[in-house]
Amino acid sequence: MTTTSPAPEKSPAAAEHPRGRRPPGRRHRQAERLAEAASVGWKLLVVKILILGALNAVAVYAALVLFASDQPLVGGAVVVAGILISWIYFRRGGLPAKYLLPGVAFLLIFQIFMVLYSGYVAFTNYGTGHNSDKDDAVHAIMLQNQERVPDSPTYSLAVAERFGELSFVVTDPAGDVFIGSAEQPLEQVDGAVVDAGRVVDVPGHDVLDFAEVLQRQGEITQLAVPFSEDPNAGMLRTQDAQSAYLYTSRYVYDAEADTMTNSDTGTVYADAGEGAFSSPQGEELMPGWRIHVGLDNFVRAATEPTIRGPLLSVTIWTFAFAFLSVATTFVLGLFLAIVFNDARMRSRKYYRLIMILPYAFPGFLSALVWAGMLNQEFGFVNNVIFGGAQIPWLTDALLAKVSILLVNLWLGFPYMFLVCTGALQAIPDELTEAAQMDGARPFQAFRMIKLPLLLVSLAPLLISAFAFNFNNLTLVYMLTGGGPRDLDAGINVGATDILITLVYKVAFVGADRDYGLASAFAIIIFLLVGTVSVIAFRQTKSLEELN
Amino acid sequence: MRPNTTRARGAGAALAAGALLLTACGSDDATAEDGGDAEGPEATGNLTVWVDADRADVLQDAAADFTEDTGIDVELVQQDFADVRDQFVSQVPTGEGPDIAVGAHDWLGTLVTNGVVAPIEIGDKAEEFQDVALEAWSYEGNLYGLPYSIENIALLRNAELAPDAPESYAEMVAIGEDAEVDYPYLVGLDPTEADPYHLYPFQMSFDAPVFGTDSEGGYDAADLRIGEEGGVDFAEWLAEQGSEGLLNTNIDGDLARENFVDGNTPFLITGPWNVPAALDADIDLQVDPIPAAGDHAAQPFAGVQGFFLSAQSENVVAATTFLTEYIGSAEIQTALYEVGGRAPALTESFDAALADDEIVAGFGEVGAEAVPMPNIPEMGAVWEFWGTTQAAIIEGDGDPAELWERMADDIAGAID
Repeated sequence: MTTTSPAPEKSPAAAEHPRGRRPPGRRHRQAERLAEAASVGWKLLVVKILILGALNAVAVYAALVLFASDQPLVGGAVVVAGILISWIYFRRGGLPAKYLLPGVAFLLIFQIFMVLYSGYVAFTNYGTGHNSDKDDAVHAIMLQNQERVPDSPTYSLAVAERFGELSFVVTDPAGDVFIGSAEQPLEQVDGAVVDAGRVVDVPGHDVLDFAEVLQRQGEITQLAVPFSEDPNAGMLRTQDAQSAYLYTSRYVYDAEADTMTNSDTGTVYADAGEGAFSSPQGEELMPGWRIHVGLDNFVRAATEPTIRGPLLSVTIWTFAFAFLSVATTFVLGLFLAIVFNDARMRSRKYYRLIMILPYAFPGFLSALVWAGMLNQEFGFVNNVIFGGAQIPWLTDALLAKVSILLVNLWLGFPYMFLVCTGALQAIPDELTEAAQMDGARPFQAFRMIKLPLLLVSLAPLLISAFAFNFNNLTLVYMLTGGGPRDLDAGINVGATDILITLVYKVAFVGADRDYGLASAFAIIIFLLVGTVSVIAFRQTKSLEELN
Repeated sequence: MRPNTTRARGAGAALAAGALLLTACGSDDATAEDGGDAEGPEATGNLTVWVDADRADVLQDAAADFTEDTGIDVELVQQDFADVRDQFVSQVPTGEGPDIAVGAHDWLGTLVTNGVVAPIEIGDKAEEFQDVALEAWSYEGNLYGLPYSIENIALLRNAELAPDAPESYAEMVAIGEDAEVDYPYLVGLDPTEADPYHLYPFQMSFDAPVFGTDSEGGYDAADLRIGEEGGVDFAEWLAEQGSEGLLNTNIDGDLARENFVDGNTPFLITGPWNVPAALDADIDLQVDPIPAAGDHAAQPFAGVQGFFLSAQSENVVAATTFLTEYIGSAEIQTALYEVGGRAPALTESFDAALADDEIVAGFGEVGAEAVPMPNIPEMGAVWEFWGTTQAAIIEGDGDPAELWERMADDIAGAID
């Protein structure tokens, strides 16, 4: 990844070629172009035109729809991108762009977009209760706070229409028929034809049949018919167009003032810019909506004592866990690689096969199996190896950390064993021989000659192993779930929680989710891993000078 | 120089083209949504229902009937039950969510707080359902879903080892000890989290519910009752059972089931999900109420599954009709019971199921007396502290009363 592409170096070499010195003439260029066109073949050209045509058609359609639905920014982007694609593939030359385009497109969609989006979420209050936009929140509050008037009867309902305006025609339990619309409170009508409790005909109105009701169901379920001239008497509403009920609404939304008023208590809830309607006493109405909160989530992570304390201890353990995991697996893997690389060892093939086995099992499954084996009373480890001693492997804070490291050693050493074996075999035996001729003892030869050479090729792998273990959610979650819980901490955090499990718990565990805070944590993790990797890569560069 | 500029230009173009693909994806969503808006009034309607694999076949029949009667197509989308809540919460605001989805009642707090679920009014039909089912699906006085099944734990008894049902906890332990097997009784626990759900009947028998109820019968987050005197009594009882070895956090649910199936214990406190294993092992199985350890009844939690309506549904009339008339019909409720093996929520089907199968009857009778699991979002804060504290008490890590009171304080702190 660090090596530079050879392309720029090639061109000066090409320029030194005798024929390359003379600038190509016009005829020459023309001939080249013809040759290129001929080599493509007309069938390919047709396919190319068809595919690009289809793509452009989609782009034009998408752009039209977008402009029509008032999204000029996205629509404009579609137009620009469509033009760019056509330009890249229709013009001559620019071969790299033609190959780069699909790759870069997927990179943008599956990587960059995800990264940017979670980065964006870190600056919002997205989470439980702040899930959508303000219109939805207002809609939901109104919907959730309509209350059926206690003990009010069920009105059998028909929907009638006159001049496009909808009315409710209801029959009360006594059999009297009433009619009313959004503007006209309920009043009794005579002369209605009632069949099986439901009105089928009303003078001067058309009664809708079920198909017509379904066509206009949006309007019907929105319709609220005042029960009487007194607005506090409530509204008749329906949800299924068969029965209507008398509702009162607990909250009244004032669009002008942008406030919600509780009609029982008179409390006014206003939008204070916190992503929810809140009362002067600071009580919030749920649901709220998503807003940008700037650096709030980062500030919270750094200042709120219930977050800061656990975050600090978890960060320290994360570094310890990642470093120790890499160190232990590397040492064991290297040791075994050296042992099994020795020509005096018999049946090395079979040993190697056995050594690689842990690597062949899915990590999360192994972690689950280990969790069972480390059970205090019935686990294999205590029962068979320690003769029934009840060692609390997973429930004692320190032992749980040790268990995590041991299981990760078991899971991780085969990988290190593999790469060390590969790297060892790439080092010529003559080097060791030469060292021994110079009087070096075997360990000296290993430490001074082989190990530095090994590290040249393995250092990048060790750094990536560090980054991997830094985010090793599977192991921690499956083995201990982050536990044992710290009963003194006010939040859900345990002794073996690493940063990524903390993020997972904040974002996805429990009913109260906080995607904004979790994304802020994710950015912090990214910065930590990135910094460590950059420093480590810088340090290991000095090793490369050995070659 | 030349190759470099070409490369840079190529990359720039590629980036821009990538942006097209990106925006094209975005625009897809937008068109679908807008198209839906525009067509809403003209189309005869099209219901989208999220359902899990087990329920899908039954709903297929209900949907076919509905389409035949009304001309409205019902599109059933299969979802993994466990994913429905999160998917629903994230997709409804984008306009991509379904009209109706299957779910469990204790999701309600989350769904309501996120504003993605709409109340339904079933009117007089409410009388046809089991009380516990309607209570469970009610939140702040509104009904939010149409329940179809009630699930709860009960006491499984191996009648060969214990011919009679125990009247009290002490009697159960005595019978268990007389049976001369490995364990007097078992309940699956976890070493770090214990299992508040399975231990709740005992906690209730000490009169220590988590929350009190408000005037409408719903749970009231402001009235946290878990830390009251009864809770402390329960904590001390837990410590006692732990020290006597009657409760053992090293025996998890799987081990407990295995031991019951192998005849190592006459009693197992569990739900209907472990019944097939016991029947496969030819155990003479009886289902009894859970005996009380304290002075009150040992009421377990009831989990009620049902179907709920999206707050953004464009087809409220059709959706409500489908919910009340079809999913709420005895035929469908019974069919759902037959595939799920859980007591139906509709009283008519419930009675039929009880007469039909004595194991379902056993669970159903316990369930009728059960309390709905709290559906308020504050319950999340309770789970966080509850299990770990129980585990610590059972394992004898400190004074039970102190641990319990600190837990109650932590919960109260987390709720505020």
